[in-house]
Amino acid sequence: MTTRLLSAAAALALLAACSSTDQNAAQTGAGGTIRPGSQEDLVANVGDRVLFDFDSSVVRGDQRPILSRQAEWMGRNAEVRIQVEGHADERGTREYNLALGQRRANAARDVLVASGVNGARLSTISYGKDRPAALGSDEASWAQNRRAVSVVQ
Amino acid sequence: MNPASPFAPTRRRVLLGAGAGLVAPGIMAVPLPAAAQAPAGAVIDVMRARTDPIPVAVPDLAGTGEAARVGRDIARVVQANLRNSGLFRPVDRAAFIQTAESAAQTPRFQDWRLIGAQALVTGRVLEQGGGLRVEFRLWDVLPETQLQGTAFSAPAANWRRIAHLISDVIYERLLGEKGYFDTRVVYVSETGPRDRRTRRLAIMDQDGENHRYLTDGRFSALTPRFHPSADRIAFMSYQDRGQPRVVLFDIGSGRQQVLGNFPGMTLSPRFAPDGNAVVLSAMRGGDANIYVVDLGSRSERQLTSGGGLDVSPCFSPDGTQVVFNSDRGGDQQLYVMSASGGSPRRISFGNGRYATPVWSPRGDLIAFTRFGRGGFAIGVMRPDGSGERILSEGWAMEGPTFAPNGRVLMFHRETRATDSRGGGYSARIVSIDIAGFNERPVPTPTDATDPAWSPLLS
Repeated sequence: MTTRLLSAAAALALLAACSSTDQNAAQTGAGGTIRPGSQEDLVANVGDRVLFDFDSSVVRGDQRPILSRQAEWMGRNAEVRIQVEGHADERGTREYNLALGQRRANAARDVLVASGVNGARLSTISYGKDRPAALGSDEASWAQNRRAVSVVQ
Repeated sequence: MNPASPFAPTRRRVLLGAGAGLVAPGIMAVPLPAAAQAPAGAVIDVMRARTDPIPVAVPDLAGTGEAARVGRDIARVVQANLRNSGLFRPVDRAAFIQTAESAAQTPRFQDWRLIGAQALVTGRVLEQGGGLRVEFRLWDVLPETQLQGTAFSAPAANWRRIAHLISDVIYERLLGEKGYFDTRVVYVSETGPRDRRTRRLAIMDQDGENHRYLTDGRFSALTPRFHPSADRIAFMSYQDRGQPRVVLFDIGSGRQQVLGNFPGMTLSPRFAPDGNAVVLSAMRGGDANIYVVDLGSRSERQLTSGGGLDVSPCFSPDGTQVVFNSDRGGDQQLYVMSASGGSPRRISFGNGRYATPVWSPRGDLIAFTRFGRGGFAIGVMRPDGSGERILSEGWAMEGPTFAPNGRVLMFHRETRATDSRGGGYSARIVSIDIAGFNERPVPTPTDATDPAWSPLLS
């Protein structure tokens, strides 16, 4: 449910962002102001996550621009610290998926560092398959769950 | 305490009738001799009992007043243990001819032969100084001999434990090897929606009774494993400033302690068979390698190196080897190496990925999770990788754990979510005979994952 609500909020925020001249001052449809450098700002205006292929921790070409935007955003918001959370889908064992999630978090972190973010502003953690974003038992859900999510600390 | 405890063999001897002594905290046992005591030795072996379960009659233990209720409860627990093993076939109580009271005095063997009983359990419960005296006798019905006679003295609260001890003695006398009833299971109790689950450690008797929680759920707890003394647990927790770490947990005191000084995540702990070390995985960068942490000196020894995810290590019961799973060859497979390190040897070559290997306490088998396009399976293979057999298959299952006698496995089985909100999903512990029959649910109050079976408690 949280994810669905967040997605709806993100969609509204994106709509608002399109009509705004200043992305960091985007208004939400709900009437609140998104604070620049906040998680809501990251979700609405940048994208907080990258997705991975099955059993892979290689950052896909189509996902790299998201991390580049995150790096630029961290450049604009110099105080922000990020924890990158690595996750896996449910089609694996708990222990291996904890390790795989960590490897994905590290891979995303490495791209952020290569894009100019100071590594001291980044930390990583893995939740394996234990905190899915999508709750279905199907390929569409698994594709959303194989992810590295940047979370403002 | 470690498995080499000087008490263990004494307790076993006491239970099997060699003399009087303490068999568990608060439980004294003394032998009840009989005129026609049969020599030690198995009536039938496990292989035959699988296809031809031993017919056993378990009338209520006799008694008066409150003792009668306890006698009935003990008999029901014993009967359930024997039935659930799949190796015994309790005779229908409605067919009993002789009363429990009368049988407790002198069994009329022809009455028990007539209804097909091969073994008979009789006994009596007496209230004794605020506690209980539980007398139990096991009879071989055909030759009309007593196989076992033991009197337990204990506080009344220990009645269930006595029932499990009696069950283990019956198993051992009739099948010629140790049972697994006086044991506990620690597991992860899961509640709440899957994206925001509360995961707590819980402990229970092997039959699901005496259930209680060990952690409060503020931090996720995963993959608990027993120390060979059964009084400590190693598990993974997010309690250390939110970071996933292997933690030692003392069941008696509740004291917890992060193990080792690793910079990153530590996971998948298992104790060495002598209880003096823990083997685990530690992540550095994007790689997971296997380490042994000595519990005395707290020194760390690295067993594997290089790129790849090496996780889920488990010692052989003699402590000389370690089995683990690794993606070093492309996808997850099982590898065995010396406990002092050296080159791992791949042992899994079937279809799919292999994970969560556990070595049988008997040393003869390694149980594992296998998964691929078709789904998940639990299986066993010999330590050299030969003789692979799949015991159970389904949508999702993982994490086998052996009973201390190596004859039964528990693991958890999940059902597939049938909608986008995770409806229809469940996770439950089941047990199965290592021959692949008698799969049965283990009752838990909530969704349950990551079971770990304790050693025999006595």
